[in-house]
Amino acid sequence: MPEIAETALPGVGVRHEFVTADGDRVAVLTHRSGRRELAIYDHDDPDACTAVLHLGTEDAHALVELLGGSHLSEAVVAVQQRIEGLSIEWVTVPKQSRFVGSTIADGAFRTRTGASIVAVIRGSTTVPAPGADYRFDAGDVAVAVGTPDGLSQLRALLSR
Amino acid sequence: MTFLAAAGGDHAATVFIEIGAVAVALAILARLAGRLGITTIPFYLLAGLAIGKGGLAPLDVSADFISLVAEIGVLLLLLTLGLEYSADELRKGLRAGFVPGAADAALNFTPGFIAGLILGWHITAAVLLGGVCWVTSSGIVAKVLADLGRLANRETPAVLNLLVIEDLAMAVFLPVAAALVTGRDLAATIGTVAIAVVAVLTILVAAVGLGAKLSTWLTHGSDEALLLAVFGLTLLVGGLAQKLHVSAAIGAFLVGLALSGPAQARAGALIGPMRDLFAAVFFLFFSFQIRPHDLINALAPALVLAVVAGAGKLITGWVAAKHAGIGTAGRWRAGTALIARGEFSIVIASLGAGLHDGPHLGALAAAFVLVTAIAGPLAARMAGRARPRADLPSGTGSS
Repeated sequence: MPEIAETALPGVGVRHEFVTADGDRVAVLTHRSGRRELAIYDHDDPDACTAVLHLGTEDAHALVELLGGSHLSEAVVAVQQRIEGLSIEWVTVPKQSRFVGSTIADGAFRTRTGASIVAVIRGSTTVPAPGADYRFDAGDVAVAVGTPDGLSQLRALLSR
Repeated sequence: MTFLAAAGGDHAATVFIEIGAVAVALAILARLAGRLGITTIPFYLLAGLAIGKGGLAPLDVSADFISLVAEIGVLLLLLTLGLEYSADELRKGLRAGFVPGAADAALNFTPGFIAGLILGWHITAAVLLGGVCWVTSSGIVAKVLADLGRLANRETPAVLNLLVIEDLAMAVFLPVAAALVTGRDLAATIGTVAIAVVAVLTILVAAVGLGAKLSTWLTHGSDEALLLAVFGLTLLVGGLAQKLHVSAAIGAFLVGLALSGPAQARAGALIGPMRDLFAAVFFLFFSFQIRPHDLINALAPALVLAVVAGAGKLITGWVAAKHAGIGTAGRWRAGTALIARGEFSIVIASLGAGLHDGPHLGALAAAFVLVTAIAGPLAARMAGRARPRADLPSGTGSS
C-alpha cells in the first residue's frame, strides 16, 4: 500500500494524498461538511490539479463500493480468519423486537449469549464501540463478535 | 402589546417598505455577483453609495435601525471568523506560518500606514489604514479557491495558513486599534491597550480548556437553543468588551475562538445565514455614510495603494509558497489569491468613523476594497491560465 500523506487545511478540512504505482499523484480532500473532492495532479506542475471531482457523501460511498469495499471490512475478515472459533455477524434489530427503544445494558446480551456488540450501523452512520447506554432503533444493525453458538442465540434474542 | 401597536403605525410602514426594497435590491445584486463569479462586497458597497446622501435614491427614515443592524453585522462577521478555525488549527498555523506571517505584516501594513502619513492624517487614522491594507479577505479567498477548483492544490495550505496567522494578528490588532481610537490621552490609551491585550491573551488561553467545556455544554440541545445561546453570548461578551473600551467586535471574535468541536461546526452552520443578512447591512451602511464626492477623490490614491499593496501580497504569497516547497507557477497562484481585501478592511476602517480623518479613511478604504476585491480574483484566475505549456498543441500532456 502506498504511503498516504495527510495535510490539514485550516477552515476547510483535511487532504490525503499518495502517489500511484504509475507515478500519478492523487488526493482526496475531505471538507468539514463531509463533502469530498477527488483530485489528480498535473505532471508538469505537481502543485496544481488537472482534474477535480466533487463527491457528495452518497457519491463517495458509491465510488468506494465500485473500487472494492473499504479496508475496514477487509480487516474484519482478516481478524475473523485469524482467531479460530471467533465469528463476526451483522444482526438486524427488527421492528417487532422487544429491544427497540431499550439500551444494550437492558438486554444484558453479553451475559446471556457471550457475544459482544462491537458496533451499530444506523442508516449510513456507524457507531463503533457503542456504550452500554446505546438505545436501539428498529432497523439498527448490530455488529457482534462471539462464538457461532453465542451469535445465533443473540440473533434469536434480538428478533423476538 | 403596546410595542406591536406602535409598530403598526405609519412610520413602521415606511421603514418596512424602505428596508424591504433595499433587501430585494441586494438580493438582485447578490445574484448578479454570483453570475459574474465575484464576491458581493463591492456590490453592497456601491448599493450603499446609491442610497446615501447625494446618492441615486437617498433613504432617511431607517438610518437608526440600519445602523444598529450594521453593528450586529460586525459582531457576527467577527464571530464567524473566530468560528472558522479550531484552537488546534490556530496553534499549528502559528508554528507553520510565522515567517510568511511576519513578511505579510511588514509588506502590507507598511504601505497603508505610510500612505496615511503622506495624506497628512493623524497617526491613529494612518494605523487604521495600515490595517485596511494588511488583511486579505478570507471570505473572498475561500470563494476564489473553491470556484477555481484549487482547494486541493499543494500551495493552498500555505495560503490558508497565512489567513490563520492574519486572524491571530487581528485578535491583537483590532483591540489595539480600538484602544487608539477611544484613548484620549497617552496614559488612557496605554491602559486600554493593556486591558485589551490581557483580555485577548486570557481568552485565547482559556479557549483551550474552558471553551471545550462550554462547547460540550452547548452541543446538547436543539439547534434553536444553540443559535440563541451563541447569538446571546456574542452580544453579551461584545457588550462587556465595549464597556471595557475594548471593541465589541473583538469580544465576538473571542466567543468564536472559544467554541470548538461539534458545537463549533453547528454554530458555524446556524450563524452563517444570519451573518450574511446582517453583514450585508453592515457593508451597505458603511458606504451609506460615504459622500460620493469623497469616494471620487479617493479613487486615485486607492489605485496607487492597490498596486503597491497588491504587489505586497504577491510577494507574501510567493514567500509563503516557496517556504512550503512549491514551484514557480504555484507561487504565482498563491500570491494572486491573496490580493483581495474585503470584510475586515471595512471593519477596521469603520472603527475610525468618529475620527477627524474618518470620512476620508472610510472613502479610501471603500475605494481600495472595491479595486482589490474585483482585481484580486481576476488576477488569481489569470495566474492559473498563464502556464507556459498552454501554448503547446493539445495531447502532449498525457504522453
